Amino acid sequence: MRALVLAAVAAAVAAAAAEIAPQDRHSGYDFAGPDTRAMQDDDTANPGMLGVLQGETLWAAKTGAAGRSCADCHGDARTSMKGVAARYPAFEPALARPLDLEGRINRCRSEHQGAEPLAWESADLLALTAFVAYQSRGLPIMVRADAELRPFVDLGSALFHRRQGQLNLSCSQCHDDNWGKRLAGAVIPQAHPTGYPVYRLEWQSLGSLQRRLRNCMIGVRAEPYDYSAPEAVDLELYLMARARGMPLETPAVRP
Amino acid sequence: MQKLGSAPSRRKPSADRIAGAVAAALLVSADFTAIADEGSLRPYTIVRGSIPASLTGAAGDPARGRAIVLDRRLGACLLCHTGPFPEERFQGTLAPDLSGAGSRWSEGQLRLRLVDAPRLNPDTIMPPYYRVDGLTRVGSVWREKPILTAEQIEDVVAFLSTLRD
Ligand code: HEC
Ligand code: HEC
Repeated sequence: MRALVLAAVAAAVAAAAAEIAPQDRHSGYDFAGPDTRAMQDDDTANPGMLGVLQGETLWAAKTGAAGRSCADCHGDARTSMKGVAARYPAFEPALARPLDLEGRINRCRSEHQGAEPLAWESADLLALTAFVAYQSRGLPIMVRADAELRPFVDLGSALFHRRQGQLNLSCSQCHDDNWGKRLAGAVIPQAHPTGYPVYRLEWQSLGSLQRRLRNCMIGVRAEPYDYSAPEAVDLELYLMARARGMPLETPAVRP
Repeated sequence: MQKLGSAPSRRKPSADRIAGAVAAALLVSADFTAIADEGSLRPYTIVRGSIPASLTGAAGDPARGRAIVLDRRLGACLLCHTGPFPEERFQGTLAPDLSGAGSRWSEGQLRLRLVDAPRLNPDTIMPPYYRVDGLTRVGSVWREKPILTAEQIEDVVAFLSTLRD
């Protein structure tokens, strides 16, 4: 029995897919149709830009008990926020955990503005996140598994490679092993988090990376993680580290 | 460990029974294994890569089976497979074409493939359609339920058997 189990494990390891080589990585943009790409390429046609503009307004709006705006602390976002989204999720010493961009924005609200956190997937949180991420458009993703983040990247990686749900599929079985093939009508992308928040045609709205992950989990009939659950942030972190070096496209357009 | 082939019990699955089922699952490369039922699942016997006997004791209905295969939410087969269904748009390209499946495989082989494909190939992406144990984080709506019922499995087996080259 022992030998059998070991043989089974060895076989599973041998058959496990290799990670996608850096030169073979593709953004979801490359898998989208020409109309979708054209929509992303033209700021006047990209519906995600409305969120960015709304975020710009919120950036300057005084709010909370402190009566302070984001701009009061951070000044001009074009300089102060440049490159920031490319290194999120980032380690937050006070929590001894990584925090994603939405989590950071909400922490700024509670710590520095004396305001209530914005609800996940609310138009305001998406708009502020899109506005901040837009300041990194075209910059390469910088997240790396340094000493502090490594354990969380590893946790995210384990979640990515674990089969789950009634359909018993792991993220990597679709996104590492079968990208480019068709799941019914949809081409399976490589799951790079290059464009978030994205405007998704199926949603008819901007949506966060966590919303996208929930969609895939529900697709395999798994219980999705709650918004901002540690597992969800670990997965985001793993995806960002996996996409290191790829340029950010926020606000991207996806089918 | 639970005795393989012991009579199905009506008790709720206990940790011991689940551990037993997992152990049993690791033994399947043996030529002959009987699996006790987990709660509501019916017992079946695997003989050399095949489940020769109907799960329900009766033959399935191929017309109903065809409808299950085409139904994107019930069978969901065309998410991954293509098949001889020219009227169906958006078929998957992750898995072999189902055309001729009934010539390539016996009814019993098709049945095991549907019931628990990972028994034949531990790395397969084909979901286990009639298994509830050994799964992780199943959504609450689907928990403790197989993807298809025993009757539906038999209908699909009956339909696949008609797919001849
Ligand atoms: C059964 C296949 C399958 C599984 C399993 C799966 N996905 Fe996906 N995923 C898809 C498909 C198909 C799309 C594209 C959807 C579309 O374009 O309509 C997608 C899209 C994505 C995207 C968006 C990429 C972009 O360009 O914006 C991310 C990120 C993602 N998946 C992550 C995950 C993670 C993390 C998991 C596991 C928790 C997972 N997926 C599990 C099929 C899958
Ligand atoms: C998530 C993907 C997926 C889904 C959903 C799926 N299959 Fe499969 N199936 C596969 C793959 C991949 C194979 C190839 C053999 C293997 O990996 O074990 C396969 C093999 C088969 C075979 C053997 C094909 C041959 O001739 O070699 C049959 C028959 C089959 N599947 C029927 C079905 C039916 C019927 C359904 C739905 C009730 C279904 N499958 C759902 C992925 C899938």
